[in-house]
Amino acid sequence: MYAYIVRRILATIPVMGVVAVFVFLLLHLTPGDPAAVIAGDYARPEDIERIRAQLGLNDPLYIQFGKWLWRLFHGDLGISIFSNLPVTHLIQQRLEPTIMMALTTIVISIAVAVPLGVLAAWKQGTWVDRSVMVFAVLGFSVPIFVVAYAMIWGFSIQLKWLPVQGYTSISEGLIPFLRNIIMPAVALGMVYVALIARITRASVMEVLNEDYIRTARAKGLASTTILIRHALKNAAVPIVTIIGIGIALLIGGVAVTESVFNIPGLGRLTVDAILRRDYPIIQGLILVFSGVYVLVNLLIDISYTFLDPRIRY
Amino acid sequence: MKSRRMSLKTTLSALALAAPLALVTAGNDASAEKVLRVAPHADLKNLDPIWTTAYITRNHGYLVYDTLIALDEKLTPQPQMLEKWEVSDDGLRYTFTLRDGLRWHDGSPVVAEDAVASLNRWAKRDSMGQKLMDFTDSLEATGEKVFVLTLKEPYGLVLSSIGKISSNTPFMMKKEMAETDAFEQVPEVIGSGPFIFDKDAWVPGSKVVYRKNEAYVPRSEPASYAAGGKVVKVDTVEWLYIPDPATTMNALIAGEIDYWETVAPDLVPAMEGDPNIVIDVIDPLGTQGWLRPNHLNPPFDNPKARQALLHMVRQADYLRAIVGDEKLWRECGAYFMCDTPLDTAIGADPLLKQDFEMAKKLFAEAGYNGEKVVLMQPTDIPVLSGASLVTAQLLRQVGVNVEVQAMDWSTLTSRRAEKKPVSEGGWNIFHTYSTGADASSPISNAGVSGGCEEQAWFGWPCDQMIEDLRDQYSREADPEKQKEIVEKLQTRLFEVVPYVNYGQWFQPAAYRKNLSGVLVSPVPFFWNIEVN
Repeated sequence: MYAYIVRRILATIPVMGVVAVFVFLLLHLTPGDPAAVIAGDYARPEDIERIRAQLGLNDPLYIQFGKWLWRLFHGDLGISIFSNLPVTHLIQQRLEPTIMMALTTIVISIAVAVPLGVLAAWKQGTWVDRSVMVFAVLGFSVPIFVVAYAMIWGFSIQLKWLPVQGYTSISEGLIPFLRNIIMPAVALGMVYVALIARITRASVMEVLNEDYIRTARAKGLASTTILIRHALKNAAVPIVTIIGIGIALLIGGVAVTESVFNIPGLGRLTVDAILRRDYPIIQGLILVFSGVYVLVNLLIDISYTFLDPRIRY
Repeated sequence: MKSRRMSLKTTLSALALAAPLALVTAGNDASAEKVLRVAPHADLKNLDPIWTTAYITRNHGYLVYDTLIALDEKLTPQPQMLEKWEVSDDGLRYTFTLRDGLRWHDGSPVVAEDAVASLNRWAKRDSMGQKLMDFTDSLEATGEKVFVLTLKEPYGLVLSSIGKISSNTPFMMKKEMAETDAFEQVPEVIGSGPFIFDKDAWVPGSKVVYRKNEAYVPRSEPASYAAGGKVVKVDTVEWLYIPDPATTMNALIAGEIDYWETVAPDLVPAMEGDPNIVIDVIDPLGTQGWLRPNHLNPPFDNPKARQALLHMVRQADYLRAIVGDEKLWRECGAYFMCDTPLDTAIGADPLLKQDFEMAKKLFAEAGYNGEKVVLMQPTDIPVLSGASLVTAQLLRQVGVNVEVQAMDWSTLTSRRAEKKPVSEGGWNIFHTYSTGADASSPISNAGVSGGCEEQAWFGWPCDQMIEDLRDQYSREADPEKQKEIVEKLQTRLFEVVPYVNYGQWFQPAAYRKNLSGVLVSPVPFFWNIEVN
């Protein structure tokens, strides 16, 4: 097991390397010039050229890549072209809102979706099942920004219960934190509730047809015991997989939700950096995102061994 | 055991009931500190207003830095950091004296050497500054508070250049900072302005905090545009960047922000009925739209094709599409904006009377024969994207084979620098806009330059007569004679057509009724405002 974990972690190095090369080339081959953005609309071409030179953007690509790689090996993701601040500092500033929003969203999604999915599977074919599936279809279909604006209108403008926008760190108190995070987490969670509920329903339904469930029923076990201890546990592998991928997607940036609720997270940092061609930030973020994906996938794989003793690495 | 369970159950139930209530009732604590919460038009990405021309950095500059001279509401230069200036009889020697009480945010006094270094750095980046330095023989400090600018020959725009209100504004920086290469950002923000930048509270992409500079000594005159007393009436100004306009509107309605700098025109009706909100045009000069043809590529290398664009355009079509509400725009033929000292209607008839037949005739006379015309459309800037689509439709109506190429603004800024033919990735038309503060002078209006490939702005108009008239204007100090030169210049501009002005519009701002003292100006200023 430990050898497997070490092997997987080592295997991430070439993966990240490929990502780094690919992203670097893709960015530098994309049209757009940060120097032109910096210099402003009325800048003279020679001024733009001088800014390009100052930023090192006129160096051959392999030299720019080499410099970036050298800094990376020293734990330095570079300096933002625009704000002149270290990329690591900018990512750190945005990490907490993103992680907290991801975790809150996932907690809400699991708390709602797993019971709904199990219930739908248990009451398969009844109005309960159909209601859950209608809800799931709606969750997938209604755009997040529609849910978000509707919630803002209702809870912030009409009822004046919650703030329209912004983020408060959990270090400033749980209640202020929750007041800001609850609406974005619920709006964003709609999709994940739909996704997890459907997967849970399908997995539990499959397990409920197994012989050992029939045996458990024949033994006279209570329905809840059968569902939770036997059905849900055995259906957990695909559910955990989808939850893990959900976490990775959430940390990878949810720019629309962050924009609508004005949460200064990684999604907005990514979009802003792309629009301005702030190469060091984009490169740093993509590396972080790919690292998160690799790590989450590793954790999912490890979790399989706890959920299904037949799986060995 | 049962009673403990019951007790736990009761406690949990109480918590479950209380938690939503706490969520709902927990608001912001009332604080004695007076905070002005502003939603600015953009995110503050960099802090050096000389290094970049971004308007958001200019606005930041006005909070933390100060200027030697400032323009008042008549666009007349007034002393700001200066006590006075004196001009020699031959008009070649300007002696400037700093006023008392000026201090940098680190406590050290402002001296003449700081001003000299700051002007020198600004002049390396700004077009008006470069022009000023072309005429300058020397600029040196002659005392702790006195510095002298000596010209090689008379130049009429010395004071209005040093008092330039928009980017790049010649903000004064401490000498150590001002000695930074003009193409690198200053390492620290040390100004002498009415607010102090709180670097620790800065979250790029989200929040900028400015604290009142208690040591700042404002002038005694009333505030007028950038001139007069910068009297600060709040403890803190917070810029809260909210990227989504609908969210910004909701935050203003809910009282989470006090001031929204640039209201999306389509959201104005949604706020008009709110008794707590004032919607007002803060910038009386407005904004001018530019349709920029590429003078190097056919068909617009021929002046007749460019004149055809004048006959093709109807400003109202553009302004209805991009602004909407008729209270917020006007048709205006003047190259240097309407309702400014240089406003004139000379030569503007072709622009103000749409005539498709004349446009077709002129295209034909220009030798246009159905070749592809590439129009670059920046889809991430709604105003320019809309204007591009209007132009595309009008071009089709006059028989031009137009290809609209959608891209983001960053890509467009790279593509527009290409001088290649269309077949090799070049372009024919793009749209942009200029604030009135920039467009209202023949020197600061980059679009009217006829300096050819070497000196003109993207699109590269080339006309010696335009350049001669701009030069004459810059040497003239008498406003009446300047106006006469501008009339000749505008006549020539409508013959050469460096760009087509597709209208003038006014950007509304919105603020809550508890604010008073909001200043009318082309730049949003945050002094003089009181939060009641």
